[in-house]
Amino acid sequence: MKETTIPVKTDTRRVPDTRSATRTIRPPVDIFETNDGLTVIVDLPGTHKEDIQIQIENDVLTIKATPKSLLNIEPFYREFELCEYFRQFQLSDKTDQDKIRAEMKNGVLIIQLPKKEGAKPKQIPVTVS
Amino acid sequence: MRKWLDPFKELELLKKEMDELFRAFEEDFWWDMPSFRFSFLPGVSARSYPLINIAEDKDNLYIEALAPGLNPENIEVSVLDNSLRIAGEKPPVKDIKPEAFHRNERSSGKFLRTISLPVNVDAEKVKAEYKNGILLITLPKAESAKPKQITVSVS
Repeated sequence: MKETTIPVKTDTRRVPDTRSATRTIRPPVDIFETNDGLTVIVDLPGTHKEDIQIQIENDVLTIKATPKSLLNIEPFYREFELCEYFRQFQLSDKTDQDKIRAEMKNGVLIIQLPKKEGAKPKQIPVTVS
Repeated sequence: MRKWLDPFKELELLKKEMDELFRAFEEDFWWDMPSFRFSFLPGVSARSYPLINIAEDKDNLYIEALAPGLNPENIEVSVLDNSLRIAGEKPPVKDIKPEAFHRNERSSGKFLRTISLPVNVDAEKVKAEYKNGILLITLPKAESAKPKQITVSVS
């Protein structure tokens, strides 16, 4: 699966705060293929189910998520900082876009991208005569 | 009129400047500057895992650890003397042949991290909570570690 990034359209009259709008984390993903389709697994620690946006537009899958820290006070020792997750992938035309499912558990997002019927491999039994 | 530069003096100054620069790096100069803090997730390469943030208020010490995809039952948190131990295992993706992977960036495996605590804590009352892939450990400070207000009397 090809990774892609679409430039975000910005309103020239209202330039966003570049520090917050462009600072995103590219979350690590696992993508594997089975006979039925592709499975995308994304680590999004700190993200609640409601704070994830998955969009498909022009065959591009966009994953956007906003994590929240469990601490409400500023830490005195810091090794990580949470900010928005963002990653995009180009979908193949063999993906059945109507049957895409996503599931979130313990900070890990699993997206199932099933193949269209015609794209699934057909098993042909070999007969010995 | 332009003053002549003393080449030796200039060299000495340059050396001083360089020393200054290295000293700054040694003291984690960049780390302390807000714009140089970076955000990242632990990937395949080995680093201390899980990454933690530590905060405190008057009564508690809070440790937040970034560990997505764990089974909450398999996380071990223990306190001994003044060290906190976090251990567990991030399970790998099951029953998938290596050649089926298009990308494999998420790491998996066992981990163990020991953190020495800056204050004495009450080991009996330590609480750990796992939510959305973040582990929050609340460690109540021991009575001896809490600040005592001393009233000033006017005589």
